[in-house]
Amino acid sequence: MSFLELKDLRIHFPTDDGLVKSVDGLSFTLERGKTLGIVGESGSGKSVTSLGILGLHKGGRARISGEIWLDGEELVGASQEHVRTLRGKKMAMIFQDPLSAMHPFYTVGDQIIEAYRIHNDVSKKVARKHAIDMLGRVGIPQPERRVDSYPHEFSGGMRQRAMIAMALSCDPELLIADEPTTALDVTVQAQILDLMRDLQRDFNAALIIITHDLGVVAELSDDILVMYGGKCVEYGTSDDIFERPEHPYTWGLLGSMPRLDREPTERLMPIKGSPPSLINVPSGCAFHPRCAFEERTGGRAATQVPELLETEGGHLVRCHLPRERRRAIWENEIKPNLEAS
Amino acid sequence: MVTYIIRRLIWAFVMLTIVSIVTFAIFFLVPRLAGATSESLAARYVGRTASAEQVKIAAEKLGFNDPLVVQYGRFAKGIVAGADYDYGPGVEHCPAPCFGYSFLTRLPVWPDLMDRLPVTISLAIGAAVIWVIAGVATGVLSALKRGSVFDRAAMSVALAGVSLPIFFTGIVSLVVFSYGTPFRITAPGGSFTPFDENPAMWAYNLILPWITLAFLYAAGYARLTRAGMLETMNEDYIRTARAKGLNERTVVVKHGLRGALTPILTIFGLDLGLLLGGAVLTESTYSLPGMGKYAIDAILAQDLPKVMGVTLVAAFFVVFANLIVDLLYAVVDPRVRLG
Amino acid sequence: MLRRRLGVAATGAVLALAVAACGGGSGSSTPSSSGGAAAGSDSKAEFNAALTQVVNPSDKKGGILKFANGGDWDSLDPGDTYYGYSWNFIRLYGRSLLMFKSAVGKEGNQLVPDLAEDMGTPSDDAKTWTYKLKKGIKFEDGTPVTSKDVKYAVERSFDKEVFPDGYTYFNDFLDWPKGYKGAYKSKDVNTDSAIETPDDYTIVFHLKQPLSNFDYFAQLPATIPVPKDKDTGAKYKEHIISTGPYKFEKNEIGKGFTLVRNDKWDPATDPNRKALPDGYEVSTNVNADDIDNRIIAGDLDVDVAGIGAQPAALGRLLSDPAMKANTDNPTSTRLWYTSINGNVPPLDNIECRKAVEYAADKVALQTAWGGEFSGGQIATSMLPPAIPGHEDFNLYPPGADNKGDLAKAKEALAACGQPNGFETNISYRAERPKEKAAAEALQQSLGRVGIKLTLKPFPQADYFALYAGKPGYAKENKIGLAQNGWMSDWPDGFGFLQQIVDSRVIRDTGGSSNISVRDPEVDKLIDQAMKETDTNARNALWTQIDKKVMEGAYVLPNVWTKTLLVRSKNATNIFVNEAYGMYDYLGMGVK
Repeated sequence: MSFLELKDLRIHFPTDDGLVKSVDGLSFTLERGKTLGIVGESGSGKSVTSLGILGLHKGGRARISGEIWLDGEELVGASQEHVRTLRGKKMAMIFQDPLSAMHPFYTVGDQIIEAYRIHNDVSKKVARKHAIDMLGRVGIPQPERRVDSYPHEFSGGMRQRAMIAMALSCDPELLIADEPTTALDVTVQAQILDLMRDLQRDFNAALIIITHDLGVVAELSDDILVMYGGKCVEYGTSDDIFERPEHPYTWGLLGSMPRLDREPTERLMPIKGSPPSLINVPSGCAFHPRCAFEERTGGRAATQVPELLETEGGHLVRCHLPRERRRAIWENEIKPNLEAS
Repeated sequence: MVTYIIRRLIWAFVMLTIVSIVTFAIFFLVPRLAGATSESLAARYVGRTASAEQVKIAAEKLGFNDPLVVQYGRFAKGIVAGADYDYGPGVEHCPAPCFGYSFLTRLPVWPDLMDRLPVTISLAIGAAVIWVIAGVATGVLSALKRGSVFDRAAMSVALAGVSLPIFFTGIVSLVVFSYGTPFRITAPGGSFTPFDENPAMWAYNLILPWITLAFLYAAGYARLTRAGMLETMNEDYIRTARAKGLNERTVVVKHGLRGALTPILTIFGLDLGLLLGGAVLTESTYSLPGMGKYAIDAILAQDLPKVMGVTLVAAFFVVFANLIVDLLYAVVDPRVRLG
Repeated sequence: MLRRRLGVAATGAVLALAVAACGGGSGSSTPSSSGGAAAGSDSKAEFNAALTQVVNPSDKKGGILKFANGGDWDSLDPGDTYYGYSWNFIRLYGRSLLMFKSAVGKEGNQLVPDLAEDMGTPSDDAKTWTYKLKKGIKFEDGTPVTSKDVKYAVERSFDKEVFPDGYTYFNDFLDWPKGYKGAYKSKDVNTDSAIETPDDYTIVFHLKQPLSNFDYFAQLPATIPVPKDKDTGAKYKEHIISTGPYKFEKNEIGKGFTLVRNDKWDPATDPNRKALPDGYEVSTNVNADDIDNRIIAGDLDVDVAGIGAQPAALGRLLSDPAMKANTDNPTSTRLWYTSINGNVPPLDNIECRKAVEYAADKVALQTAWGGEFSGGQIATSMLPPAIPGHEDFNLYPPGADNKGDLAKAKEALAACGQPNGFETNISYRAERPKEKAAAEALQQSLGRVGIKLTLKPFPQADYFALYAGKPGYAKENKIGLAQNGWMSDWPDGFGFLQQIVDSRVIRDTGGSSNISVRDPEVDKLIDQAMKETDTNARNALWTQIDKKVMEGAYVLPNVWTKTLLVRSKNATNIFVNEAYGMYDYLGMGVK
């Protein structure tokens, strides 16, 4: 069995307006030392998925079903208390905006020490030394001094490093990074990504990077999972997604990928429309109202929910277009455009 | 930091001077402007049917014939340097800070204030402990169980608490728990027992006023805490705390409540400062001989030195509490830097 | 502490209180039905019983009486206190030359010797009064009391700079050396011209003018001896040296004090005091409603100020027969009245003044003052019923229903030459809502015969000095009627009437309480009364003066005030002493 395996995970939230199907039948596997990128627009369910793995989706009100297997343990059916003991220790998370994700009233050191001491029965002194080590490892200069600083006294990049240090403090086996670089400017983004890659190598952890930006996962990920409307629409190796993408939504993401040689605000091929409502998911293929190739399905897209089917060698796509057609479109219509720019 | 404190202390001194001048003006200048003469003022401080001669003597003795600036100067000088007072058989030196002598009892005001202060401090601190614990705990529970029966009940009671006046809740509490009941909580007025004399009696005599006063404040604190908790529990750092694997209690108390504490602490400091100057209604209702009762008695009797004294002490506490709150603010919220 | 005397009976009372507190008003629960111990020993307790008899008579000693005061004493110093209740209470810790007897009703008006062996011996011209002191009377520290201590006490009270609260009777009437300023400022001045002490047990007072009733001066607290070496002037009130059966144990001015037995007090020298309780606990500046509730509940014994139940408790007390049976409604020696100023035309004509007398609606006035129980008894003359010399007469009967005789009023107006009425102003003290209500009641009732009144409120501090009491101002501003009030310092015609009917006290500079009575015949009768040493003859003269004032229609009496007093549930020997118009504090004991 894989280190991490999700089987048909569903996380639904009943609200006054109706049932929100944030995650609707998601399955994937991940091994130690490997990196999975989960990509999608906001509201696609990617963050809820990661919170669901940690058991942090809003407790009482959410309905969760399916299975999450971590290192041979099933977590959906496990007690909350048990999952809590795994959090921080076995699986840790790096959050998007470290300024709001760190408590403004405690020093960075205190917050790392707290994280460490929950799972390690050590004295404050030992924990403090460990915190300083961790800060040093994530590249914070003068860690023995900075350990007593408050989050607001750090720069954005430093804060994210500290956040990473906190997540790594208990040597987790599964690390989930939720938009780890979104709040940072471009040069710092690259540094943080480099850091994460190095650390992952050192710690041999399984890493999930959640982002709306394919560029972030391009170099880091072994596998990439594209989510849309709570479902996986395309899954494959990094090469599959960047070289042979088959889903129109993935094409869209590639088209709108910010690159270092372009102005970050400039979008070559933006995806028209906005992400679907998770309450009234469009009938048939959830993407069909925004899909440029919808008419080529012969009307099936609007009525029938497409299956997630393997095209070849573990590359999965959820689309009504026949495989040959998709490949032809990619090769003839999309790829030349992307390269031309 | 030190310069900040020094600057604040100077400012506090200026504030107190202004307060004393304004109070002085209200009670000494305004009646003059309204046409009162030194004799008509003095007539309030002599026995009934006093002769004109008697009133004239009183006016002279009380210094009403001097210009107002001289009268204020004498008051201010007494605070700084003390004053001498002829009590009949001899002259007494009233050491600084001398807040003057009562126009009615002809006794020095300062010892009175120092005598009343423990009552008010006991009342305020005791009530504060109750209202902070009860209010904050209720607020936290309400926020965590938002929309539950407990939340609704607690918030209804809280609404009642902030809207019912002390003289109503106080009298109801006396009727139910004191008048003629076998246990008779609290004795009749003036029944304050100093803590160092008998702690049990001290608490026994204060329990009703504490609860009544605390009820008023706890209600507000419950609402404030609830709102603050609802906000902070949605903060990203709470999610981070949970992601670390912290148990829920630590998440709520150490991270959630700590985040919601700042506004509560601010209000608490100001509330306590105000109360230390005297809880007028509570002390009147329960006839507790504290600063508030002293103030209201002094105002009703137009005993101006007492009014001046109690006003200044009350103002001192407010100014002092403000300073403490500002200093504490920097301790509580490290993002605040004083300078 | 054993504070459980009430037991089960309390629950009923609490319920009644709760109902009243919630605004219900007429709670119908009867505390007595649950078999209260409170009513136990005294089966015939009824409304006003303590006016004429001793309620719960007992000679049992011991226990503590609890007193409370809604305000505070002007001063506990015998030389500086001018409240009736204070004089009533002071007998517990101080002995003056004479005192009012601790007895029910009229008997309480009687003066009896206290420090003195007998009543004063006047010289023939009533200008010299001699008292012999009893031997064996001691201060609380064991020092014997001599006539020099009494002399010193009077001398120190002279200093109104140190003692601003007291009266000036001794200052005004004794023959002091010229320029005398009291014991502190005129230390070495020989004062034998005013007070002589030929030996340690004789004291002789020399007066500037004849004074037939000097014995009333001799009961004043200023004659309570003060040891010179213990006198601390303005601060003496904190450490009073007792001569009575009780002395101060703890005294916190503004908060309260406790009295305990004075073991140097010798009952053999004192036939007037029973000294039953072991002590007294007195709280001052207590919430007045709280006092009422606690007395009703039995937690407290006496509202020492004797001002009666507050409006909040009044309704409850009067509507519940069981509660009412435990109250008394004495008439005090205070009169509320309207001065009719003869200086302001057309009131210079007696007929116009009589029109005011006839047209006034006495029932409306009584309501304005607070009604039958807490307002007062309708007054028809000046002297209150409790004062010797009072006689029931009514020169201007206001009709069968007491609402005014309009026909007579119109007759008088016609006789005055103002058949259609006239216009004038009525003044009152702005701070006093009841005076305003009375003025409004008069405005309405006099309006019925065409007398139009305009209300003129003035600040009370300057009411007599600058406005209603200043003849020039009153005349110029046509203040024809002025609300006024007076309370006697002691139950005697002189004490009550002299300051308000003697025209010679009126000064152009203002400040006199007499606003309207200017009658040479009245002045002549006063002089006569002050010389008359025979009590009965003197009282008859005051009756005559009262009648003369009413004949002149110089004043319109409104009410003699009444208060509703609540009897303590725990006290014995409860009775009203007419000298004070409240419960006698000397006789009371604890059950």
